[in-house]
Amino acid sequence: MLEFFVRHRREIATLTGEHLWLVSVSMALAIAIGVPLGILLTRRPGWKAVVLGTNNVIQTIPSLALFGLLLPLPWLGVRADRLTIAALTLYALLPIVRNTYVGISGVDAPVREAAVGMGMTSGDLLRHIELPLAAPVILAGVRVSTVITIGVATIAAAIGAGGLGEFIFRGLAMVDNHVILAGAIPAALMALLADFALGLVQRFVQRRAH
Amino acid sequence: MNPRSGSVIEFVDVHYRVDAGRALLAKLNLAVSSGETLMLLGRSGSGKTTSLKLINRLLVPSEGEVRVDGTSTAQWDLIRLRRHVGYAIQEVGLFPHYTVEQNVAVIPKLEKWSRERVSSRVDEVLQIVGLPSREFAKRYPDQLSGGQKQRVGLARALAANPPILLMDEPFGALDPITRAEIQREFKELQQRLGKTIIFVTHDVAEALLLGTRIALLESGKLHGIYTPREFVESKDDHIKPYMDAFRVGQQILQA
Repeated sequence: MLEFFVRHRREIATLTGEHLWLVSVSMALAIAIGVPLGILLTRRPGWKAVVLGTNNVIQTIPSLALFGLLLPLPWLGVRADRLTIAALTLYALLPIVRNTYVGISGVDAPVREAAVGMGMTSGDLLRHIELPLAAPVILAGVRVSTVITIGVATIAAAIGAGGLGEFIFRGLAMVDNHVILAGAIPAALMALLADFALGLVQRFVQRRAH
Repeated sequence: MNPRSGSVIEFVDVHYRVDAGRALLAKLNLAVSSGETLMLLGRSGSGKTTSLKLINRLLVPSEGEVRVDGTSTAQWDLIRLRRHVGYAIQEVGLFPHYTVEQNVAVIPKLEKWSRERVSSRVDEVLQIVGLPSREFAKRYPDQLSGGQKQRVGLARALAANPPILLMDEPFGALDPITRAEIQREFKELQQRLGKTIIFVTHDVAEALLLGTRIALLESGKLHGIYTPREFVESKDDHIKPYMDAFRVGQQILQA
């Protein structure tokens, strides 16, 4: 087993790198879209049902099917990595949008009333009060999303986007557990590490926002 | 339509209704002159807090207008209006992620005061409310007692030196001893600071102690405005229950 890992260390490293890249780009996009979307929901509560509903529906689509559904799209379907990133981003969105919304809505009413009453603009309120106080909750969402995304990204290999899923699919085809584990173990380690690291960040932010 | 000279705040035929059409305030007319402390006294649901929030436009009148310094609040720039009017509430609403110092400095900083001016003002207002900077500036709200939080809330409301102060039962949640202490200090402050203050309370003793005048509100209508002496001596059927409640308290003390 160990010998297999040592022999394939190059390939493992390359595929881990690809995996990390797919996850990082997707998470960056999901945060860039999800946090503003969550903020928007706190300002336009009427949109909540539609946005969170759509997100929920996306979550229920099996990942392979989602890849298939996105395939015919013009710019996205052309390259496997684009397609993968789009799908991963969609999956990662829900926990981030929901936690941003919940985190900001959870700011104590008197805190908000005092801030508005003393003459903070909506932007001041967001920047100085709501986002800092909601940060631990938002980060919890990012943490959940990241772990999910690292797992789902293994499916990307099915459409040739690379990543650690390569080993898993190859191992399945060869009925060779060593090969499967060469994909599964690094992916699991990555998820654990990401969870741990984001947990540290979360605790740090929490202490500041106590 | 000219504002009566000297009135800093005026309610002109103000109605406030909630969506279903239920009136929380009906035809309120009221003028507050510069430097006075008007107590809005009434039971729960009488419209005290509603009236207060109409002044800094946290609520918008359904009819009529509220004027601050002679200008309708609808014509004021909203942010300027609110920074012109200090606001302190019972729950205080301190920002939990900010130290005492940062809480107090919020509006001066947003007003882009220089760093030195902000920090000397913070020291000054903390001194005014009896919390020496050296000891309290770096503390977080969860390291303060209820009375101390309330003092910080007051310091924060005073920080940008607004000429008008709105206070919504600021001492309501304090234990009786702390409340009496803070009321006494506040009374001294009033004379020193010369602010125009609108103060919501349901506590007759507080109204008599702190008010230059007392506006009695009953189910959304202004019953009348009285000086503390007039209030105590009144034979009005609506005032009697308040004075009875007040006297019962005193008799228990004297017995």
